[in-house]
Amino acid sequence: MPTYAAMIYSKDVDWTLPEYADEMKEYNEFGAAAAAIIRGGAALYQTSTATTVRVQGGKGGDVVTTDGPYAETKEALTGFYLLACADLDEAIKVAATIPGAWDGAIEVRPIIEFGA
Amino acid sequence: MTGADQDPRAALVRLVRDEGRRVLATLVRLIGDLPLAEDAVQDAAVRALETWPRDGVPDEPRAWLTLTARRRAIDVLRREAARAGKEAEAMIEPCEPPPPQETVSTEVGRDDLLRLVFTCCHPALAVETQVALALRTLCGLTVAEVGAALLVPEPTMAKRLTRARQKITKAAIPYTVPADHDLPDRLRGVLTTVYLLFTTGYAPTGAPRPALVEEAVRLTRLLRELMPGEPSVLGLLALELLQDSRRDARHDAAGAPVLLADQDRGRWRRELIAEGVLLVGEGLRRTPGRPDPYVVQAAIAACHALAPTWTDTDWAAMLSWYDVLLTVADTPVARLNRAVAVGELHGPAAGLAAVESVGGLDGYPLWHAARAELLARMDRIAEAQAAYAAAMALPQDDAQLTHLRRRQALLGRGGDPARTG
Repeated sequence: MPTYAAMIYSKDVDWTLPEYADEMKEYNEFGAAAAAIIRGGAALYQTSTATTVRVQGGKGGDVVTTDGPYAETKEALTGFYLLACADLDEAIKVAATIPGAWDGAIEVRPIIEFGA
Repeated sequence: MTGADQDPRAALVRLVRDEGRRVLATLVRLIGDLPLAEDAVQDAAVRALETWPRDGVPDEPRAWLTLTARRRAIDVLRREAARAGKEAEAMIEPCEPPPPQETVSTEVGRDDLLRLVFTCCHPALAVETQVALALRTLCGLTVAEVGAALLVPEPTMAKRLTRARQKITKAAIPYTVPADHDLPDRLRGVLTTVYLLFTTGYAPTGAPRPALVEEAVRLTRLLRELMPGEPSVLGLLALELLQDSRRDARHDAAGAPVLLADQDRGRWRRELIAEGVLLVGEGLRRTPGRPDPYVVQAAIAACHALAPTWTDTDWAAMLSWYDVLLTVADTPVARLNRAVAVGELHGPAAGLAAVESVGGLDGYPLWHAARAELLARMDRIAEAQAAYAAAMALPQDDAQLTHLRRRQALLGRGGDPARTG
């Protein structure tokens, strides 16, 4: 059974603030409903907390950090789930029930099973 | 191509393609790997085209192709299994020994093909990818032929198809007929893809590609066979046949498009019209409550097909059909076509008012052209000139541009340009 990363692109905010409690409740409901197929995941702090790291000149070169996410977009990567689904149709159906899909977007991508 | 029935080689290619498609559908189910199944069937098809002209066509071409493709797939799986230390045969066991054609239930073959249709036209694939896959996998064209048909260089097409197959495999796009509650939506997607294939070939304004039209019609006929009585499939097939019935009259000797109003109706294909009209009737009988957009569009095409001349067209019926169409598929282009019918039924002034009330088509050359035609009929030549100029200033293909230029050149030369030529 394939596993999919369901990457959530939604508004770039601090989800721990009390004003997002309703949305967190919706995520908890999703987590409970999909518990049987969730294999992992995480919620992320907003992109203003991100640091992007590059090594100039390849391996062993100078470490250059920039303040902020890899790409500035209106909707940001705010979290992801790993979902074990029978096929893409099931993954799409489940992704559509992730709250982020309702005002943002979910990118569904199969993960590589090394050594499978 | 149209010579397929006369040319024995072309007939053989057609037979291998049609049978190969069914063999492929079954093989995909058995081994669950579209790329491998496709390679295996391709290999079998090449062998068939090498040996059949010499040894004669086997009594059961499908069984021959199935056996050859299965052997090929087993070879590949064995090689891979040897590397991975797995047992290959187990994966293909279900059809050992190969059943002769008669014992393969047509029901099973039908379901396999339908699964393949829904896999190739899955909404997770880009529409242009679906069209390419339909040609490659459902119509059995080679990659080179698909590229030529869609005007994409072969290496680009090969890459696009490889990526598509990879996505089907890696993302596990299912090989199933959608459940009842998803079926209407998914079927609509399939029909959109098939109709896009048709219109790409039919090229309302550009140079037509008859081979694409033929593949689209064949594919639609296959869908009708797979889903008998499905009204939208009947409607799509009717629509395609009725449009295609005009193929010999749509262009003049120089290849320039000829307007419906000006076409020599004696050159329309009667047998396609007869079949199309019957299908429209069946489609309408099956959708008494909720009209189907394809059936209604086919009904409109049938009104044209049955009219002895443009002026004798039943414009009142036409207008009613457009009103029905707008209730189920309200698009600006449908509104424009309705406005043209208004112009024929109630005169150019009413038509112009109707055309101008259609919003959202400023960037559509044929909206400006429709205005120009109606203005010309009212002898408002300067305004017609300006409307043609606006139409020609928009991006479009050369054939349509040439056509508009010719219409514009006819302005003010006496009479009504829509009726001359």
